[in-house]
Amino acid sequence: MTEEKVKTPAAKAVKTKLRATGINKTFKRDGTETSVLENVELEVAQGEFLCLLGPSGCGKSTLLNICAGFLSPTTGTVTIDGEPVTGPDPRRIFVFQERGVFPWLTVEGNIAFGLAKLSKAEQAERIAHYIKMVGLQGFEKAYPQELSGGMKQRLEVARALAVNPDMLFLDEPFGALDSITRLIMRGELLRIWEAERKTIIFVTHDIEEAVQLADRVVVMSARPATIQTIVEIDIEHPRDISSPRYLELRDGIFNEIGLAHKI
Amino acid sequence: MSPWVRIRPALFILALLGIWHFAVVSQQNRILPTPWETVTGIIELMQRGLLIKYIVASLFRVTWGFVGAALLAIPLGLAVGWFRRTEMAFNPLIQILRPISPLAWIPISILWFGVGDVAAIYLIFLASFLPLMMTGINAVGGIPQVYINAGRNFGLSGARLVIRVLYPAVVPQLIIGLRITLGIAWLVVVAAEMIAVNSGLGFLIVDARNAGNRYDLVVAGMVMIGMIGLMLDTLMRSLEKSRALRWGYSED
Ligand SMILES: Nc1ncnc2c1ncn2[C@@H]1O[C@H](COP(=O)(O)OP(=O)(O)OP(=O)(O)O)[C@@H](O)[C@H]1O
Ligand SMILES: [Mg+2]
Repeated sequence: MTEEKVKTPAAKAVKTKLRATGINKTFKRDGTETSVLENVELEVAQGEFLCLLGPSGCGKSTLLNICAGFLSPTTGTVTIDGEPVTGPDPRRIFVFQERGVFPWLTVEGNIAFGLAKLSKAEQAERIAHYIKMVGLQGFEKAYPQELSGGMKQRLEVARALAVNPDMLFLDEPFGALDSITRLIMRGELLRIWEAERKTIIFVTHDIEEAVQLADRVVVMSARPATIQTIVEIDIEHPRDISSPRYLELRDGIFNEIGLAHKI
Repeated sequence: MSPWVRIRPALFILALLGIWHFAVVSQQNRILPTPWETVTGIIELMQRGLLIKYIVASLFRVTWGFVGAALLAIPLGLAVGWFRRTEMAFNPLIQILRPISPLAWIPISILWFGVGDVAAIYLIFLASFLPLMMTGINAVGGIPQVYINAGRNFGLSGARLVIRVLYPAVVPQLIIGLRITLGIAWLVVVAAEMIAVNSGLGFLIVDARNAGNRYDLVVAGMVMIGMIGLMLDTLMRSLEKSRALRWGYSED
């Protein structure tokens, strides 16, 4: 892997938000050890939108969980704002691949979950705002089992955004959405990111999604995952997804993964 | 619903009662009561003031034994479950105690508490304790890790994590466990009362047989046991259906 200076298209050298050094992770099961991550080095700049891209089962969720403090690495350290990560923190919200909305709370109750410190009026205002943003109007009093899979995903994203974190860990947050809603949600996420410049690490196995969203795409190899390459997406938002540069970057990643872009 | 569908269950019950009736009257020397004689048996028990007295006695014992067990076993089970969430090996002590029928404890409970309410309550307590503790252990073990992680992510730990995440996550399973265990407790109280006390529906059944082979009263007692058991179960089921708890039962 090449050591490169963290860059975004906007600024040349910016403050490092997250730094992962020498990350190895092995899981023990039935006495055998499987190595999932090998010597992963990662730097994420303040306000950067980073995509982790890799085949299913390669260790993207594992890496994200380590960055967020839910798992500890076998060796290596993660620091955020210069401080070692020892556990989860409400300033950094994780949107779980396995759907972490609470089934015993309504849509409103879920969004309000992290807002206990706010006054009732402020809570109501935030709830209304984020329900509108993710298009769940009319479902305020519904329980998650009354929602579709995609609605649950949007609800969890709303719950994460409602606490105004300075960092988001999103683990395939739009995986269960239809292609139209997925496009809308990508647009919304970019809009929020451009307005509030949260640092976002976004896991996906969708190459198009990664190239549409990210400042940089971290391409991971199959298990045990190493960082195969990091591709900088130097296209201004809003991105024209039929522009030559877009197609060039996208096809570059297809080639990198070893897929000819033909069916 | 067509009228036919609606009256079918009633017809079915009528048919069963008819078979019961004719099976009994076709015997040479009749010992068992017909359905009607069972009804008159229930009426007789009511007139003698025994029925209500015995029902109250049985419910009293079940309540104390069951509630006592629930108050101790569920918190204990939740705690055990929480501290060994990651371990799959259960406490071997529980595994040895579990196959022992609570009725096997009858001699020992009479030895300790003598013939009386305490012995019967103790038996129900025993019968309820392990199932409820297992319910607690399994309920905690079954909480998806993602809920705990999400709770911690929003800054919860300790008591607040318990109140806002662990407790709501286990309640549906606890209620199912309570319902099943209440059924067991109701089975056990009848057996306990046959041996350990001089009142209650279980006592009514042995007493009616011993005092002059009053099989009409025996069957009357059985019918009452069935009806009250059904009532208890309906009560617990209505808890499961309450809106706040309903989420745990309908899978998406
Ligand atoms: N708790 C665990 N115990 C043992 N093995 C695990 C554990 N968690 C993950 N693994 C293994 O680590 C590997 C990577 O898992 P991970 O969930 O990180 O993959 P992923 O890249 O997120 O895949 P997907 O795109 O399908 O979500 C898998 O092979 C999985 O079997
Ligand atoms: Mg994953």
